[in-house]
Amino acid sequence: MRKAKLLLASVAAILVATPVLADVSVKIGVMNDRSGTYADLSGEGSVVAARMAVEDFGAADKGIDVTIVSADHQNKPDIASNLARQWYDAEGVDVIADVPTSSAALAVNDITREKNKIFLVSGAATSDLTGKSCSPNTVHWTYDTWSLAHGTGQAMVETGGDSWFFLTADYAFGHALERDTSEVVKDSGGEVLGAVRHPFPGQDFSSFLLQAQASGAKVIGLANAGADTTNAIKQAREFGITQGGQSLAGLLIFITDVHALGLDTAQGLVLTEAFYWDLNDQTRDWAQRFAEAHNGSMPTMVHAGVYASVLHYLKAVEAADSKDAEAVMAKMKEMPSEDPLFGTGEVRQDGRHVHDMYLFQVKSPDESKGEWDYYKTLAIIAAERAFRPLGEGECPLVQ
Amino acid sequence: MAADIETLDKQSATKAGAAGMPRLHQVIFAALLALALAAPFMLYPVFVMKVLCFVLFACAFNLLLGFGGLLSFGHAAYFGSASYVAAHAAKVWGLTPELAILCGTAAAAALGFVFGGLAIRRAGIYFAMVTLAFAQMVYFFALQAPFTGGEDGIQAVPRGDLLGIISLRSDLTLYFFVLAIVFTGLLLIYRIVHSPFGQVLKAIRDNEPRAVSLGYRVNRYKLAIFVLSATLAGLAGSTKALVFQLASLTDVHWTMSGEVVLMTLLGGMGTVFGPIVGAAAIVTMQNYLAGFGAWVTVIQGTIFVIGVLLFREGIVGVLSRWLKKSL
Amino acid sequence: MFELLGIPPQALFGQLLLGLINGSFYALLSLGLAVIFGLLNIINFTHGAQYMMGAFVAWMLLHYLGIGYWWALVIVPVAVGLTGIVLERLMISRLYHLDHLYGLLLTFGLALIIQGLFRNQYGISGEAYSIPSQLVGAQNLGFMFLPNYRLWVIAVSAAVCLGTWFVIEKTRLGAYLRAATENPVLVGAFGINVPRLVTLTYGFGVGLAALAGVLAAPIYSVNPNMGADLIIVVFAVVVIGGMGSILGAIVTGFGLGLIEGLTRVFYPEGSAVVIFVIMAIVLLVKPAGLFGRTA
Repeated sequence: MRKAKLLLASVAAILVATPVLADVSVKIGVMNDRSGTYADLSGEGSVVAARMAVEDFGAADKGIDVTIVSADHQNKPDIASNLARQWYDAEGVDVIADVPTSSAALAVNDITREKNKIFLVSGAATSDLTGKSCSPNTVHWTYDTWSLAHGTGQAMVETGGDSWFFLTADYAFGHALERDTSEVVKDSGGEVLGAVRHPFPGQDFSSFLLQAQASGAKVIGLANAGADTTNAIKQAREFGITQGGQSLAGLLIFITDVHALGLDTAQGLVLTEAFYWDLNDQTRDWAQRFAEAHNGSMPTMVHAGVYASVLHYLKAVEAADSKDAEAVMAKMKEMPSEDPLFGTGEVRQDGRHVHDMYLFQVKSPDESKGEWDYYKTLAIIAAERAFRPLGEGECPLVQ
Repeated sequence: MAADIETLDKQSATKAGAAGMPRLHQVIFAALLALALAAPFMLYPVFVMKVLCFVLFACAFNLLLGFGGLLSFGHAAYFGSASYVAAHAAKVWGLTPELAILCGTAAAAALGFVFGGLAIRRAGIYFAMVTLAFAQMVYFFALQAPFTGGEDGIQAVPRGDLLGIISLRSDLTLYFFVLAIVFTGLLLIYRIVHSPFGQVLKAIRDNEPRAVSLGYRVNRYKLAIFVLSATLAGLAGSTKALVFQLASLTDVHWTMSGEVVLMTLLGGMGTVFGPIVGAAAIVTMQNYLAGFGAWVTVIQGTIFVIGVLLFREGIVGVLSRWLKKSL
Repeated sequence: MFELLGIPPQALFGQLLLGLINGSFYALLSLGLAVIFGLLNIINFTHGAQYMMGAFVAWMLLHYLGIGYWWALVIVPVAVGLTGIVLERLMISRLYHLDHLYGLLLTFGLALIIQGLFRNQYGISGEAYSIPSQLVGAQNLGFMFLPNYRLWVIAVSAAVCLGTWFVIEKTRLGAYLRAATENPVLVGAFGINVPRLVTLTYGFGVGLAALAGVLAAPIYSVNPNMGADLIIVVFAVVVIGGMGSILGAIVTGFGLGLIEGLTRVFYPEGSAVVIFVIMAIVLLVKPAGLFGRTA
């Protein structure tokens, strides 16, 4: 049977001038938040991005038949694991993409390894995915807590923000972000004056902000995400904290958050991201196409990551001439990645994709020339410095 | 309408007599069992196991609401804490699945005893609020305590080997284990409801002062049914933890408490088979509508509204009225 | 410098003041719930969604029609109150003869629908609504920097609470209301249109929630979930105060705001649960709540 197929394929290859694969059909499942806090930064936009990757790759011409399905994991690990299991077992999904929310991504990570499929993480933050929970079946593309903490933490200390106070969401993700950033601050010669843990999700942060203000720290680090971060920023402005000379460092902020806050409130904020639509001609072109397909919203770095990871995956399928997880993963790690959004990069042994990261500052309303013109680049963090060194992650795959 | 069902209850109870279960109920149970035995070969087994776990949870809840007349708005506390304890027992202590489930169930029973003992001193809406307050505390504990893993929950719980011999790694093997647990649970609930103890409970539900004047120590009965309900909810929660290899905050959040009310209401509270239908319908809906995002909440809300306005007896309640038979 | 439990007194005053501001939201929302429960015997689970609607309608007025904050303060409670009246007439009024449970379940379902619809339409990140220019800025109180807008919130909330209490406890209309709560049949026999009174009361309670929503819009993010978790807390406030007690709702609203504020200083991790702990204790010691009459 298999031999016959191979034979057929080679006959076909000889008949047609361009090399065509024996028809491979892949099913990509985009799993993310479609109704909750992260729906805007991932959500339908990630599906749009995945679809664009399939088109740009020209899958149909290359004999790869791609289907994309999507589902809402509501940011809950139980729903995510349930969906992943069902997709792999019953619906023939080969690869799951995106999956924001660290707890959900860790759940999908486990199941993907158990079922020997492929997991392309873009939305999730935890650096454990390429650290102690690393898996031979996972590629973590866009960013992680380590890179955010290091990007923002180091840059702030270097520009004089050497005393910190943390406003931390009281759950594992917030704790991890606080811990990682504290280390960076201390290593760079700064000091941490204190931290306050707020309930998650929170609504009113004034009391915690007042404690942060009283600490006299130069930088207030927001170790939280989503609505918690935007609320805290809004209220910090109201209570005159930024006007009082303290600066805010958002440790996990996306362009959609800035969009929701408005420049008036968000101006001056320093943050680290992996992608911004207005970096160069290629990103601008791509973002324009994305916006046309997605109600005029500009892409976030998560959307960019979904696009680039799916593109790289499809290239690997083409190169491996199969969708077998082991073969494709080997190709993904062996071939350098090349796409219009992240430029060239590579997938490391532990599954980490490395590329440049950017330190941005949010523009003031005067500096902004129009809708979605939000960031100015403070620094480019080179790929080799942007992510945790391979040896330090305690990943069992790294010898 | 409530009165109708009540008289039907009595009829069926007398008809059943010594035989235990009326013929109709025997037939339905047999049909359900047959369906459940065939299901994993036609549907995705993990999905059917989820349905089974929620069926047990809803029936346990119905025991308290439908037969005890007590609306708990915090049943997630027992379901969820059992699920955490079972997951911890299986993963960290390395217990075999049946012992892990036992641990979880025992934890729920203990929690039910403490909370129930305090809560049953209040009635009506105050009872609902006290149970909600306790459940919020459990949620807070689950979010903070080191062993629960915060919002990651306890992941990658091993399914283990039943009695140390039979591996449950295969979905099908696990399925029959879960089916056995759930079916035993359902029969137990049936037995409780149709025992003399259950009859006293119904008397208390329908007219508490009368039951008091007849000399029943009402609070003891209420506590007993509360603990039983919490225990069975715990059994469902522990089983769920093994099926999904995961215990998470969802299991203890107040929306879970709301969901189980929805299942019971939709199926028909105070009926034997209602919660089974309700739980199956809701879980199926959530599963197949997952792609519609926020519309799922809208649809659930609509079911609530239509259910309360037009079908207060629930699906099985309406059927039971048409057929003039207690179901 | 002396310190109280390791906290300088100035900081403590600041925190207490913030607690009071939060308390004024609790008071406004629980007041609406208490009024509705007192007269309709309905536990209005939709209250959180109606609070969210208040904030959203204010945003929509600005965004689509260019109508600003001050007009919104008047228009929004009326508009959202009217939607409440429609709900009451079409659905809630059918449940008065039934157990409380059904009212709770119906309004729970309605809350799910409303939140789901807004989520579909506007996503979840939230919309920005700025503080009206007249209230921008802050007072330096020496021990803290108090934004003018927050002062305004306390003032409005206190005035509305006081006004409502006065109307219900001290005027003829209030007397009808209270009488209708006790014995609707008798009051109806005196020629008072009780169903209409009930409908208007529900509309009023909803209007209060919407007003709280407008007040919240400039300081909290306007998003479809803003009321979902708050409602559970506000429930607890009403229960602690005594279901249906107007004064109880107001006093406990402010009081619990203060207690929560203190918890945020001394044990921040516990600030989300302290209200529930108090609720459990109060219910067990004094089942009808602090200000409730035992039936």
